Amino acid sequence: MNRPDAALSEALFAGTPIPRDAEGPVFAEPWQAQAFALVVALQNRGVFTADEWAQALGAEIREAVAAGGCRDGSDYYERWCEALEHLLIAKGLTSHDGVDALAASWARAAEATPHGKPIVLANDPLAG
Amino acid sequence: MSGHDHHDHHHHDHDNHFTPIEARVKALESLMVEKGYVDPAALDAIIETYETKVGPRNGARVVAKAWTDPAYAERLKADGTAAVAELSYGGRGGEHIVAVFNTCEEHNLIVCTLCSCYPWPVLGLPPVWYKSPPYRSKAVIDPRGVLADFGVTLPEGQRIRVWDSTAETRFLVIPLRPAGTEGWSEEQLAAIVTRDSMIGTGLPQLDAAS
Repeated sequence: MNRPDAALSEALFAGTPIPRDAEGPVFAEPWQAQAFALVVALQNRGVFTADEWAQALGAEIREAVAAGGCRDGSDYYERWCEALEHLLIAKGLTSHDGVDALAASWARAAEATPHGKPIVLANDPLAG
Repeated sequence: MSGHDHHDHHHHDHDNHFTPIEARVKALESLMVEKGYVDPAALDAIIETYETKVGPRNGARVVAKAWTDPAYAERLKADGTAAVAELSYGGRGGEHIVAVFNTCEEHNLIVCTLCSCYPWPVLGLPPVWYKSPPYRSKAVIDPRGVLADFGVTLPEGQRIRVWDSTAETRFLVIPLRPAGTEGWSEEQLAAIVTRDSMIGTGLPQLDAAS
């Protein structure tokens, strides 16, 4: 049988009540669904394994809790995105600066795109 | 996510704007698309699957079949992944499903202390509380207290066994079939199997039967 890691659990436990939810929507916002699907697709493609992903996500959540971050799980998909970014960096597929630059480009592209038109990266006014 | 749009339009209707995290997700996605690791259509298909086709109703069907078909229950005990695949459930997050059967002596409770490993093909995506640090720690330290939080009181002599899910092994609790359901159809039985009863934080709800 699996042996729960009691030390880890103890470290995480702060007597906070367990948040409850109904069987409602699984994603609060569209970007969460996108981030979720991206991780599933990359596993399907063999870019990383399920175990590598669990380790990466677990590490990110532990770190956030240790740093006094929110404890109710509501920042779960923020941690999910950080884990993905760090794992892709660890795999040599991108860099922190690379993601920063691309995210800034997407943000500019969104601002520059008229309402109702699809946002595409080419709409970034600074795109080369 | 009904009512939301997960294509390239933003969900605010007055202008186009990405919050920092939205821009970051777009950046990671476009990077992977550009490298040829991800097909945007595949992402949409994954989202649709998890929103509409995968959910705890799948698991409820597995439980109801195990209750009514002893041979199926034996196969489920022996090889959860294969037995679940008989009902055409499988795929990511279901590579190795282990069904743990409640008995009068033992109640099973599932947690993932590391992150949020969960048997997606049979239960869908995990509820918020399953991913929360308080649940993940308290399930190990004080499982009876967790059940009390969920309004569940077990008989005195019933032990609680806690199973820690991993990326490789994901557990599905097969609750005890409630008394008074003799002669019910699989469909009637599936209706009383709640998501929580398959995680171990609940019991089948007889009043859910129509």
